[in-house]
Amino acid sequence: MPNANGRRVAVVAGCRTPFARAGTVLKDARAVDLARHAARELLHRAELDPAEVDEVIFGQVVPSPLVPNVAREVSLLPQFPKEIPAYSLNRACASALQAITAAHDQIALGHANVVLAGGTESLSDIPILVSRRLSDILLEASKARTLGRRLRAFARVRPRDFVPISPAIAEPSTGMTMGQSAEKMAKENGISREAQDRWALRSHQLAARGTQDGRLTAEIAPWFPLDGKGPVITSDNGIRTDTSLEQMAKLPPVFDRKYGTVTAANASPLTDGAAAVLLMSGEAAAALGYRPLAYIRSYAVAAVDPGWQLLQAPVWAVPLALERAGVQWRDLDLIEMHEAFAAQVLSNLKGLEEKGYEIDEERINVMGGSIAIGHPFGATGARLVTTLANEMQRREARLGLVSVCAQGGMAVALVLERS
Amino acid sequence: MSRAPRALTWAVDDGIAVVTLDLPDRPVNVISRAVKDEFLAAFEALGRDPAVAAVAFFSGKPDNFIAGADIEDFLRLDSAAAAERLAAEGQELLERVARFPKPVAVGIHGTCLGGGLEFALACHYRVATDHPKTQLGLPEVQLGILPAAGGCQRLPRLIGVRAALDLILAGKSERASKAFRLGLVDELVPPAILRPVTLAAARRMAGGWRPRRRRPGGLGGWLLEGNPLGRALVFRLARRQVLERTRGHYPAPLAALEAVAYGLRHGLGEGQKREAELFGRLAVSDVSRKLVQIFFATTQLKKDYGIPDPPEPMEVRRLGIVGAGFMGSAIAGTAVAQAQVDVRLKDADLPRVAAGLRAAREILDDRLRRRRLDRYEHARLVALLSGTDTYAGFRRADLVIEAVFEDLATKQAVLREVEAATGDRAVFASNTSTIPIARIAEAGRRRDQVIGMHFFSPVARMPLLEVIPHAGTAPWVVSTAVAFGRRMGKTVIVVKDSPGFWVNRILAPYVNEAAQLVLAGVRIEEIDRLMVDFGFPVGPLTLLDEVGLDVAAKAAGVLHEAFGERMAPAPGLGRLVEAGHLGRKAGKGFYQYKRGKKGGVHPAVYELLATHPNGGPRPAEIIQRLVYIMLNEAARAVGEGVVRSPRDGDLGAVFGIGFPPFRGGPLRHADDLGAARLVMELERLTERCGPRFTPCEVLREQARTNAKFYP
Repeated sequence: MPNANGRRVAVVAGCRTPFARAGTVLKDARAVDLARHAARELLHRAELDPAEVDEVIFGQVVPSPLVPNVAREVSLLPQFPKEIPAYSLNRACASALQAITAAHDQIALGHANVVLAGGTESLSDIPILVSRRLSDILLEASKARTLGRRLRAFARVRPRDFVPISPAIAEPSTGMTMGQSAEKMAKENGISREAQDRWALRSHQLAARGTQDGRLTAEIAPWFPLDGKGPVITSDNGIRTDTSLEQMAKLPPVFDRKYGTVTAANASPLTDGAAAVLLMSGEAAAALGYRPLAYIRSYAVAAVDPGWQLLQAPVWAVPLALERAGVQWRDLDLIEMHEAFAAQVLSNLKGLEEKGYEIDEERINVMGGSIAIGHPFGATGARLVTTLANEMQRREARLGLVSVCAQGGMAVALVLERS
Repeated sequence: MSRAPRALTWAVDDGIAVVTLDLPDRPVNVISRAVKDEFLAAFEALGRDPAVAAVAFFSGKPDNFIAGADIEDFLRLDSAAAAERLAAEGQELLERVARFPKPVAVGIHGTCLGGGLEFALACHYRVATDHPKTQLGLPEVQLGILPAAGGCQRLPRLIGVRAALDLILAGKSERASKAFRLGLVDELVPPAILRPVTLAAARRMAGGWRPRRRRPGGLGGWLLEGNPLGRALVFRLARRQVLERTRGHYPAPLAALEAVAYGLRHGLGEGQKREAELFGRLAVSDVSRKLVQIFFATTQLKKDYGIPDPPEPMEVRRLGIVGAGFMGSAIAGTAVAQAQVDVRLKDADLPRVAAGLRAAREILDDRLRRRRLDRYEHARLVALLSGTDTYAGFRRADLVIEAVFEDLATKQAVLREVEAATGDRAVFASNTSTIPIARIAEAGRRRDQVIGMHFFSPVARMPLLEVIPHAGTAPWVVSTAVAFGRRMGKTVIVVKDSPGFWVNRILAPYVNEAAQLVLAGVRIEEIDRLMVDFGFPVGPLTLLDEVGLDVAAKAAGVLHEAFGERMAPAPGLGRLVEAGHLGRKAGKGFYQYKRGKKGGVHPAVYELLATHPNGGPRPAEIIQRLVYIMLNEAARAVGEGVVRSPRDGDLGAVFGIGFPPFRGGPLRHADDLGAARLVMELERLTERCGPRFTPCEVLREQARTNAKFYP
């Protein structure tokens, strides 16, 4: 749907790194390396003159203090002119999707014609913090002008000050971790362990099929190991081809050992990866000779009380996006719904069903989801848009939806259309 | 009387004379006789002017301080005495600067070489910019002479004997940051504040302040340099190193060593006298003449696109490379390192691409280790390298170089694929060493955009590139290939599309003759040693091991087919290849290699060649056979127009094979021997060793008419 000023925003191409379980094949890469790799390969595959890019926007949830604005490092790839502005943003797990909607707005407003939007995350390379006491002492010592003062500062250090603090995936407002929240949703929405395992198994099976027939790997830029040793990585390494319900059933619940249902198998794994999407105004795409995969028709953001059901906001974001698009739920040909936990997906679907939407699993996550493919927080949204746009093209689908739940009780939903 | 525009101008401001050197109509500043006269007049006037308390000196050129003495003056020297006088005049001028009663500070930005650095050394305070273009050095020995305007005296006194010898004997230039560490300059500043900092130094000195400089080297420095005994040891070591490197062929570094040592023993004045005397002798020596000729030829070649009325070259911003093997990856790495282009490396499967990217990156890592790149620049360049197993990313390539398997059908297939994947203006270059470019081009639709770019291995270090247009190659394609070769840091010669092009054409008979000599009973090390003594960097059999015997055999086969019996490979070489003696890469060739280190001759080689090292011909004849057969083929190829001029031919041999630079190249060397003598000797060799020595028509004609390659 054209915007008020008649400008449509096209999804021209997408590309991503392989998604790898944290601590495995991508562990030596920094988030910035992953982001630059995905962006550069996207430029090459799209055969785009980098000077055409007006802005670069990237999402990242746990940025490195050494690279606070990862998007700028992307736009400083030597392939680009140095004059392309860039910023990084954080809307938790919906960050890359937020980057895409921000790009959409810039294009729709006429501020930009070509924007590179994406996201990146390395959960192998998260900043480890020192205790506040140790940090105070180090700061004081660094300001000390005499050796004596410096020694006096250090004399206050106690062994327990050295215990490192790693950022937890927990809500600052409630202290509940993601897993605990998923557990709460499973209980309150009556989602059984078996239903969750079934959804997880489906995710793996469909992702394995998408990998085998090349639909998923087509969007992956092969990763060449930095040291030149080891194999070239061409596919996601979290997808299991050998698992079964029986095996999954054996796993103990992680967050509530007694009455819990959320296990390592029915949750998305900690993942390293990056993804990027090339967006253009319809006119720019035509002028540069591109046939867009799809156009952005609408999007919406919603939030709920994080203390209630942390990941249930899609139930509000999706209807709003549909309303803004002026389309019906039943008109959607394909739906990509982020899978933080099987319990969350099933809760979201149940919530939507309660709003009168009929759920047809055949249209949802047709190549699996984040449970199997993996979930680099900052990157997932761009992965979903790429996967959806490519599959809409293959199926000649007319309407598609992306929905991503996020920390803080938020969600972003986005409607794609092909004309 | 019309006044010529002046190179030196100045303005006095608040007691400081700001002097600017800016040669009219020249891209860089050089010190010629006329400029020297201006210097004398200027310092005379500044000395008299009561308003001047101190001098601050700058260059008016954007990225050049002073490139050195004017080499034209140098070429006009016709006797040692005249050369000595020239040096003495320069010394006198710089003595005046050094003893100028008012302090002189210089602000150096850009190249500061030779006489330019000697001038800076004579001044009282040196400020340099931290810009990469700011390079300081004394390159004189590279031209077979020595720094003779007091450089051999002032430099060791300023930065210590060992550091000074490092700089003078290798003739290399240093970045400003290194020069600052060495104590060569007093301050290192960003370009934007060069002027105020230099002026402030001049003003401070006018007020009586003098820079205090650290004695170079600390205790170790004193032990080695602060006393005659230590210095003697330093000089002895340096002399030994020089002899190892030059094998006695290059007198200039030894003379420079002598000038430094003499001056430290007898004082600066006597040292300068000795310096001038030695300069006089070197300046008119044959070695220096040859090196200067090569320098001039190289400079000329930098402006020569190898075709008449060359069109503007197309700017290459994206380079595609097909074939991620040994050559392809090295071309990729060198292109990124030198030309800073976006490189897309393509091969049939990803593991090969990965290996190629790694090898290409190794070239950048090497530069990082040797501090030619800082880590930020390194990271930027690494990001220019990417790889693929499809042609994705080739659509916008300006130039594609193929380095796939040496096979006509394969290369033609690649040409067709590349034409389909690229835009209409993309140039296709083949890195073939044996296949005619015209044959490859036959398969293409845009034949006029097909050309040969023959790199030499190892690409990162070999300075030569042969560019080979076929008969239908468009002129703009030639200038594009030449221009890009230059951006890759290569000396580029444009050669004819004929078998072996130039370098392999003249190399093949030479290495083949080396094999013939082994068959005739000469020891392998003996052959190599004789050629190293002749002035080659390595001997012919070591070279074969480096190139790979299989690769050489393939090239030899092509040349044999094209030129017949005189290029027939020595019998037995095939057996070496069959037995897996492929050279260094296989761990065995003529020599054996352990963990990448060259050992002795491989014990099985003589047996495989069915021969015994029992003596063979005398050394003099060995040298004749090896050298003359190459000169003969070079002369023949020049006659066929394989190179456009003897200049290109000689440069190709010097930079592509390592033909001894002090001999000027094979064609200069032939001129020096004389065609008549060469023909006579070749005829004698024909009688004794066979018709492959038959003197070519070019030499016969020269002998008859008493002509030369360089009239």
